[in-house]
Parts: sequence; structure tokens; C-alpha cells
Amino acid sequence: MAESIKLTINGHPVSVAADGTMPLLSVLREELNLRGSKFGCGTEQCGACMVLIDGKPEYSCSREVASVTGRSVITVEGLSKNGELHPLQQALLDEQAGQCGYCLSGILISAAALLAKNPAPSRANIIAALDPHLCRCGIHNRVIRAVQKAGAVLASAKP
Amino acid sequence: MISNTLPQSLIDNPILSQWIAFEEKGRVRVGSGKVEIGQGILTALTQIAAEELDLRAEQINLVSGQTDVSPAEGFTSGSYSVAVGGASIRLVCAEVRALFIDRVAEKMRCSPGELTIEDGKFLRSGKDTGRDYWSMAGEIGLERRATGTAPVKRPSSYKIVGKHLPRLDLPAKVMGAGFIHDIVSQNILHARVLRQPWRGAHLAALDENGVRKAARTPIDILREGEFVAFTSDSEVAVMRAAEAARAFAKWNGGAPPPSDVGTPDWLKAQPSRDKTTDAGLPGRVSNGPVIEASYSRPFLTYGSIATSCALAEFENGALKVWSHSQGPAVLRDWLARALGLPAAQVNVFHRQGAGAYGHNTADDAAFDASFIAMRHPGRTVRVQWPREDEFAAAPISPAMAIKLRAALDADNRPADWSIEIWSPPHAQRPGMNGNSNLLGAEALPNFPPQKELNDVPDERGGGATRNGVAIYDLPSHRLIHHLLPLVPMRTSSLRGLGAWANVFAIESFMDELAEAAGEDPVSYRLSLLSDPRPRRVVETAARMSRWFEQRDLGEGRALGFGFARYKNIASFAAVVVEIEVEEEIQLKKIWCAADAGLVIAPDGARNQLEGGIIQGASFVMREQVRHEDGRVANKTWEDYPILRFSDIPEIEIELIDNPNEPTLGLGEASVGPTGAAIGNALARALGKRIRDLPLTRERIMATLLAE
Repeated sequence: MAESIKLTINGHPVSVAADGTMPLLSVLREELNLRGSKFGCGTEQCGACMVLIDGKPEYSCSREVASVTGRSVITVEGLSKNGELHPLQQALLDEQAGQCGYCLSGILISAAALLAKNPAPSRANIIAALDPHLCRCGIHNRVIRAVQKAGAVLASAKP
Repeated sequence: MISNTLPQSLIDNPILSQWIAFEEKGRVRVGSGKVEIGQGILTALTQIAAEELDLRAEQINLVSGQTDVSPAEGFTSGSYSVAVGGASIRLVCAEVRALFIDRVAEKMRCSPGELTIEDGKFLRSGKDTGRDYWSMAGEIGLERRATGTAPVKRPSSYKIVGKHLPRLDLPAKVMGAGFIHDIVSQNILHARVLRQPWRGAHLAALDENGVRKAARTPIDILREGEFVAFTSDSEVAVMRAAEAARAFAKWNGGAPPPSDVGTPDWLKAQPSRDKTTDAGLPGRVSNGPVIEASYSRPFLTYGSIATSCALAEFENGALKVWSHSQGPAVLRDWLARALGLPAAQVNVFHRQGAGAYGHNTADDAAFDASFIAMRHPGRTVRVQWPREDEFAAAPISPAMAIKLRAALDADNRPADWSIEIWSPPHAQRPGMNGNSNLLGAEALPNFPPQKELNDVPDERGGGATRNGVAIYDLPSHRLIHHLLPLVPMRTSSLRGLGAWANVFAIESFMDELAEAAGEDPVSYRLSLLSDPRPRRVVETAARMSRWFEQRDLGEGRALGFGFARYKNIASFAAVVVEIEVEEEIQLKKIWCAADAGLVIAPDGARNQLEGGIIQGASFVMREQVRHEDGRVANKTWEDYPILRFSDIPEIEIELIDNPNEPTLGLGEASVGPTGAAIGNALARALGKRIRDLPLTRERIMATLLAE
């Protein structure tokens, strides 16, 4: 049954009238028209739907929306600020780290969480952070290079 | 030189105006029937058009796969897009440029040679003439046949082709946008369709009340024959309905495949249509040793990260369909037939989905949405497939069995060579063999009986026989193809079709022959390659990987080699892998050398080769579709594992510079050589060869324990 669920999405307080058992992903895409997070499997196995919940990457495809009441959710739309790309997004473009691009929304989320903790991750750190994500086109190595590059940009931007 | 014989796309769409229009000042609309499936084709075609027309890339408005204005170019498949679609655009643009130049020269009473073009403006001896494509367009009729005779630019003068142009579609995608799944409409009616678990299955019972209850929000149920659709304004409601219906539905009849479907023994026991093709000196006799080996691959699926999606709108007798089909014009024709509409009343708009590596369910989703839209005029019907159906109801890539035999001469070279291939057809895309092959249409009452199945004809590269003929210097060659046309599944195309399994078998066999001869496998291959072009590719990969340095790699480690020329006419690729085996294969490093002739988009080419390497490795190391109780047993990614970040090593690629040779398709070139290289590395590491794919931990353990 529809209830009013309050949460923060990409920094903005939001109140949605939704059945609390609806998947967070459906609420984002259908109710809030944030189409960046993707449906891939619905069973938390591919990572296309990844969002940050209180800063931590979490699957949104089968997560009940009621469980994120009062919490902060960041989607891929929340990574760029004032029309300026997040360094990770820019690095993906610089490295041309994409073929079909469907997995990128989720990968960006996990990579952003990694860089927030560790701006100079090793190849092994990046692999560990991105292992929940499936990519079928084979852009893995390009993504790894992009994450390292973005980390360097973020580190140099800090005073 | 790049040849001027007309490519197929230009034969099929011979009128210049089918390809190009000067409608908007400063921009040129270039049409293409080839579509973006993640391979970067839109960017490569834009480069070709801009180059020949002397425009900047951003002045090209490439309209791809919109059936009312784009040329009809069949399917985007088989590495033909740049080689055939791109060649057509090059000839059309060169011809249009020449027509404009001649007309301007006539007007200005000067010789065409005095004129050049910059950003679409005509210059005479470097000075602006005040004329451009758009001011002149009214004077030049493009409703004329392409001759293909206008001179194209020389590769040495290229400014855009062969240079790096960033992918045009990526900026939207890094923002999470740009996919068919993201199209928003005010008037959406969400739908999901219950799929038959096997071909011809009859829905004996469905608890509709149970389905409605599971949906929690009111839904409508549409039933015609075996076609059952759930519709609602709420997407979650139809998702829940479809999941419940899958569990509640009881099916009988039809042709459920047996549990051992696809094993080599099962394949060899099926009724077949056989064809023998001899080349060279047939029946050459050798008294040397005879070596035989049998290889196999299981059923596979493409496994796109997105599930298929389509939207359709029916109004005033006209149907609009948004689809990520690989063949929008073919889809339009077969939708029209299946729905009883004139083709002119159906318009398909290509929109991007996730990567398509073969025949996927995009066309099926388009039929689903269209059929439902015709029963809800005025609504935009949106269908998105559940993941489980993507495994269970998708076209399936055939299992194959391959047997190789060689009689060696006194020098241990093959005097006599034969390959025998058992495989269902790799070709059930819409329209193939005169069948619609649209899943929803097959579920309707009075669906016409299936017409006899054939494989992709040899002149189109073949299906099961693709790369069945080894590229080496073989004096006598026999190919026996057992086409299995009665296999009850919708067997169809996956990246490379039969090629990569044949390359896996042939390249494994080359290593086996080298071993019998007591020679290094790369040296052995080189002794059978007299053509300098493939030799260079093989030698480059050997140099990159320091193959001949006989390094001590350490316990359980080995290098493996694989080489092929895709379809024997497209790109050459040689791959070396370094692996470590400890119960299962770990990839340590991969090197690839490729010759693709003139490369249009170098970074895109590398991206495709690397993607092919990773997918090829995933195919041979992990992947297998299994059947139980007549159904596909793989329901989630857990049951169908593919390689992930932690499985993938660093990969080095070297593109051999060959700009004066025609562009060769390369999307599939690295897949087969990678699989073969992994098989060969494993055989060297274990001292024992596994010939049946996939090369899983279970198979490796069983092989080790058998010793």
C-alpha cells in the first residue's frame, strides 16, 4: 500500500508516495524519473543498479524502498555537480572506457566509493571494489586505468 | 588501393538520396542501416563520411536504423559493418562530393581541380567562393543511382579516418543516459509476457487469480493461443505478475529438449544433412602417422548485461516501434507480416541497448510490444524482459562437435587433412529460412509451420563451417559438414558463429601435430604459412610475448598460442596467453597481434579486440547453457558465470599498420585465437589436453585425478 517515504536523494530531501516493498530501483526510475541506475538482473548479481546508501555501494534492484527511509542515496546522476563531470566520468571518457556502456552507471558508483576512501588504489584494490560488477563487452582494463587516473586527479585537487 | 566494386549495401540501396541529405544548414544527414551495438560503429561511420565530404565530424548527423529514412542493410553482424556499410558510405560520399565539385566548377567556369572543400564550403585556389553544400544542394539531384566510380581519397591524405575520434555515444552513457530503457513517455503501459519454456509448448493451466494476487496492483491479462501478456500502469505490478506466472504455469506438448542435449554423443546421433567439400589434391595418400582428435563446445548464450526492451505505439493504423534490434529493416518487414500490416505502416526506430554479441531477444521484445500496442491503440507499450527469460527463452548458440584428422608426411607436415563438423544451424534471426523466428508470433494460434532450416550460406561466411577450413598450407583438405536441422531449439548467431569453436579445434590440433613432430608449436605453424601477411601476425605475437625465449615461467605456468584469420577473409589475429593452473585456470597475461588492413578508428579497434579476447576467454573457461526437464537450467548469473574483474589480466595489443590494404572486419577476430591459446596453454601446463569445453575447474580436477 502506498505510504509516504522520506529520504535524501543526491542531496535533496524527497518524499515519495510508494508501496514500501517496491524495489528502490523502481522508485528511482519510475517514480523519481532518475533513469541512470539500470536494471540488469533483479537479483543483486550484476551491479548495474548500484547506488550509494549513506556512502556505501549497495544494490538497488531488490532493496525495499522502505529500508532506506531517512537515509542518503546517491545515484549516477548525483556524481556530476553543476553540470561538471565527476573526475571518474571524465576519466572514463579520457580512457574511452566503454563499449555498450550499460554497466558504467553502477561501476561509477562503486569506483566513487573506493576513491572516497583511497584516492591512490592499486590494481588489486580496484579489482576488489569492482568485482561485484559484470561487464560483457570487456572494458575491464580500461576502467581500471580510468579509476587510477581519476584518483590522481582527485588527490591533486585536494589542498 | 581501396577497390571500387560496389559493396552489397550499395547494391541493395543504390540511390544516393537513400544515404545522404543536405536538409539542415551546416549539417549533413548520412543514413546507415548498421546500428550501434556497443562496437563504436556510429563513430567509425561518421569518420568515413566526414573524411570523404571534407566536413568536420560534428557536421555529420548519422541517422542509424530508422527504417523510413535509413538504407536497409540487413543485420549488423559478422564484422561487416565497417567493411561493407562503411565502404558504401565512403563511395556515396565520394560520389556526392564529386557531383557538387563538378557543378560548382561549371558555375564558376573553372576546372574541378581548382576547387577544394573545407567544412562544407567550396574554395577556389584556397579562397572562399561563397558557395557551400547547402547553397548548392537544390541544384543537384541525388535521386540517382550510385556508380561507385568517383575517386575516393587516398589513405595517405586522411585527416579523420585512422585518427582518434572519441566515441560519440559515450558522453551520455557516463551520465547514465542514452539507452532504450531510459525513454520516458507520459502514456506508458507496462507489459511483461509469459514465455513458453520450449518451442511449441502448450499452456495447459495458469492460475490467473494467483497471478493477479501476486501483482498486488490491478493488472490486465491478454491471452491469445500460448501468448500471455500482463499489462498495467505500474511496472512493478507486471514484473511481479510475470514472476508469479512463470512459477504457476503448467505446460505440455511441443518439443522439450532432453537433458543430454548438446553433448557430442547426442549431436552425432541427430538426423543430419551432410555435405563434403574437397580442396587441393583429394585422396593424397601418406604412409606417415595418422593423428585424430575430437573437440566440442556446449550451448552458449550472449549474456548481455541489460535485458531486452522495446516500446511500441499504434495509432491510425500505423505502428511505431523503438527497438535495439540488430536489423531494424528486417524487423520492420517481419513485424508487418506477423501482425498483418503493410510494411509501409510500420516504422522501426533503432535505439541503443546493451551490447549485442549475436542474435538476442531485442526482436522478440519488439514483437511483444507491437502486438500488445495493437490491442491498446494510443498507448506507448513498454516491454522489458526479466533476466530469467533472457537465459530461458533467448536464441541459443549451438553446441558443436568437431573431429580433426591428419596424415603426416615424412617431414611431419599434414599430407592429408580433414575436419568433420556436427552442428545445428547458427541462423534463426527474423526472416531467416523464411521463418519469422519471433517468439511471440510463434505463440499465437495458427502460426505457420516452421520452414526447413539451413545454416548461413558459405558465401556469407557459413555458420557451423565458418573458419572450418584451416588457413595453413595444406595440400589436401576435406570438410564434412553435418547440419543438424531438427534440433528443437532456436539455435542462432553468437559472436563468430561456428568460427571460434572451429578455431579452437584447429589450433588445438596444430599444437597436437607439433607435439607429434617434436617441434615448437609456433615454429610448426610458421612452417605451414608461406603467405607473408599471416606470418607477420604470428611473428609479432611471438615477439611481444617473448615466445621463443624459453623463459622459466615457474611451476604450473605455461604459455599458449592461437591464430586465425576470421572467416579466412577478415582480420588476422594471433594471441598468446600466459596462465597458471592450480585447480582452475588463472589468466596471467595476454598478448594479441592483429592485422585489420586500413583501420578507421584505432582506439575502437583495440577496444573491440580486447573485448573479443575477454569474451573468448569467458566462453572457453566458464560458459555453458544446460537443460533440465526440457528447460534451460541456468536462471541467474550464478548459474551462468562469466569472467569478472578479478579474472582478467593485463592485455597488450599491437595493431599492425597496413593502411593500403582494405579495411577488414575485426569485431570477432580475437575470440577464436584467445580460446585456442588458453586450451593450448592448459595442455602445456597439465601435460594433458582437455578437448571438451568449457575448461572448468571440475574438468581440470577430473583430468588431474584420472592420472
